[in-house]
Amino acid sequence: MMEAGSVNFKDNVAKALADPKLQYAMTETGPRFMAKRTKAREALPEFDALRDQARDIKDHVLDHLDIYLDRYEAKVKESGGQVHWAQTAEDARQAILSICKRVGARTVTKGKSMISEEIDLNQCLAENGIQPVETDLGEYIIQLRNERPSHIIAPAIHLTRDQVEEDFRKAHTHLDPNRDLTEIPALVEEARAVLRQKYLEADVGITGANFLIAETGSSIIVTNEGNGDLTQILPRVHIVIASIEKVVPTLEDASTILRVLARSATGQDFSNYTTLSTGGRRAGDPDGPVEYHVVILDNGRSNVLGTEFQDMLRCIRCGACLNHCPVYNALGGHAYGWVYPGPIGSILTPALVGIENAHHLPNASTFCGRCEEVCPMRIPIPKMLRHWREKEFERHLQPKTMRWGLGVWAFVAKRPKLYAKATALAARILANQAHGKGRLRTVPLAGGWTDVRDLPAPQGKTFQQLWKERRS
Amino acid sequence: MSARDAMLANIRAKLPKAPEEARRAAVDGRLASHPRNLIPERGQGDEAHRIRVFTEMMEAVGGTVEVLTDVNDVPESIAAYLRNNNLPAHVRRGADQVLARLPWHRGGALEVVEGRAHDSDRASVTRAFAGVVESGTIIQLSGPENPTTLNFLPEAHIVLLEASALFASYEEAWTKLRGVYGEGIMPRTVNMISGPSRTADIEQTIVRPAHGPKNMHVIIVR
Repeated sequence: MMEAGSVNFKDNVAKALADPKLQYAMTETGPRFMAKRTKAREALPEFDALRDQARDIKDHVLDHLDIYLDRYEAKVKESGGQVHWAQTAEDARQAILSICKRVGARTVTKGKSMISEEIDLNQCLAENGIQPVETDLGEYIIQLRNERPSHIIAPAIHLTRDQVEEDFRKAHTHLDPNRDLTEIPALVEEARAVLRQKYLEADVGITGANFLIAETGSSIIVTNEGNGDLTQILPRVHIVIASIEKVVPTLEDASTILRVLARSATGQDFSNYTTLSTGGRRAGDPDGPVEYHVVILDNGRSNVLGTEFQDMLRCIRCGACLNHCPVYNALGGHAYGWVYPGPIGSILTPALVGIENAHHLPNASTFCGRCEEVCPMRIPIPKMLRHWREKEFERHLQPKTMRWGLGVWAFVAKRPKLYAKATALAARILANQAHGKGRLRTVPLAGGWTDVRDLPAPQGKTFQQLWKERRS
Repeated sequence: MSARDAMLANIRAKLPKAPEEARRAAVDGRLASHPRNLIPERGQGDEAHRIRVFTEMMEAVGGTVEVLTDVNDVPESIAAYLRNNNLPAHVRRGADQVLARLPWHRGGALEVVEGRAHDSDRASVTRAFAGVVESGTIIQLSGPENPTTLNFLPEAHIVLLEASALFASYEEAWTKLRGVYGEGIMPRTVNMISGPSRTADIEQTIVRPAHGPKNMHVIIVR
């Protein structure tokens, strides 16, 4: 499994904040996504009611997950497909690799899949002499740069057009070096032409899945580019890689969740291409893959079933929590150090790689609550961040000084009389230090705060004193 | 124990205790009855309303819509569309019987070939299984009648949609699908398509096309 760089979060943050290109690219990201979602939500009066139903569907599925997976598998087999079960990332890689080797694959085209990133599939294929080609434009760009996606649905959001131009000039050396690539449409057209050849040459197409439908044994992918479709209909073999929680009961249930997915993600009413794939080519079909395989991955997800973290498995990877997160929008996705960035990444990463390898992430939050407010699946992200902070404390993962400070605070807070006296004293001292200016430029032991902003000075009385006065 | 059994047993062990009979009944009941959830109002209405909203939605995402009252006018309409978009008078279609029976000679110099799409094809015509008003979506099913490649490889994708197959919601289309294929049975591919291919992966700027068709033109026949 891809090694988590999340333990280096603090260094990553410093680098991200000091990167002018990244900061430029991120300036517009959040506001644009937010405006689009707001508009889509306002245009559909039933939107919030659909969110409730979407949540209930996924809760029902998670409570019956073993049975739904069993029923799903039976339908896949019935329609001529094969299901491969993978407990770990290594199991999933081996399952995919053995299919590719059996059919003598040399080139594999790929639709966008976060699971593929999670199991580091591209590296595995390349090491075995199979060339993986990402076909989603954003994924293609970051593959050229040997980077990870920085956003769940917009993997190259951290880059500017001139960076993409530079990458294309380096990679597409067969084209005229004097061609004009200054405008974005020229870049898109060039990628279209290059990738069209790859689709036609590929032996195997690998896609992710937004949903698996138990009723029919279908997998669903959602794209705007059409890349996931060209990836699956042209090669002889289609492999789907999906995690256990992607299953939904019926076509109706998938439709309900689809209604909130695109609106939450890009503010579209519906993505351009929503594709349901069931088995391989049928008798008389003039096109489509002959073989259809689904690799179902657990990779630690079952560990959160039945715990206070179960609700995170409702996630449909729309990216709304990233788009609305002040921390994500200041940092971009790479600082989070693993596959899933932003608020959802901050609760998912500790679950999948262990809190000891990602204990900074639950702290990368202002608790403003916007993530939960916009989550189409109503995942209580702030509550889960708090649960992870508790685990972090239980496991002694914070620095000694912090634990000592928390200990002192707890000692005082549990003794109301002492607390009232101590806070009154502190308020008086700080008010004096401010010399009537109302703010403090430095405070001992609080450099982390005052290095970048002033501390508003207390006005001389504590909250409790004011409360008493005003009540009487 | 197989990997499958081990994974399923592990999942079961993590979930709260509950009677297995009842759990299985809850799942199988839902799969068999596939109840409808909340359906938005937006698409509901008479044929004129459905055509109007569908057209608005399709045009909002860069597609075009034309409404005809006589299916026999389709060839002429296709020929004109290709001319206006500077495309050669050549179109690829599948074995769909409604398309096959059209009076293609009325398209003048329009050349119509049958089969799956090839990379060199500039334009295709398919007959939609259904249209969905609420999001301006057409639904195509794979098979010799309308091969899936026709939806993706050519530069222009022209779709014949009968107004009788234009439904308010996805759910109505699924009911029709079950009627044709049977409960729980699907064609290899169901494509729900809402406008031409696009990307916003560079600086969130929308560009059409990405990998699929540049133009999508829906001809609704009342």
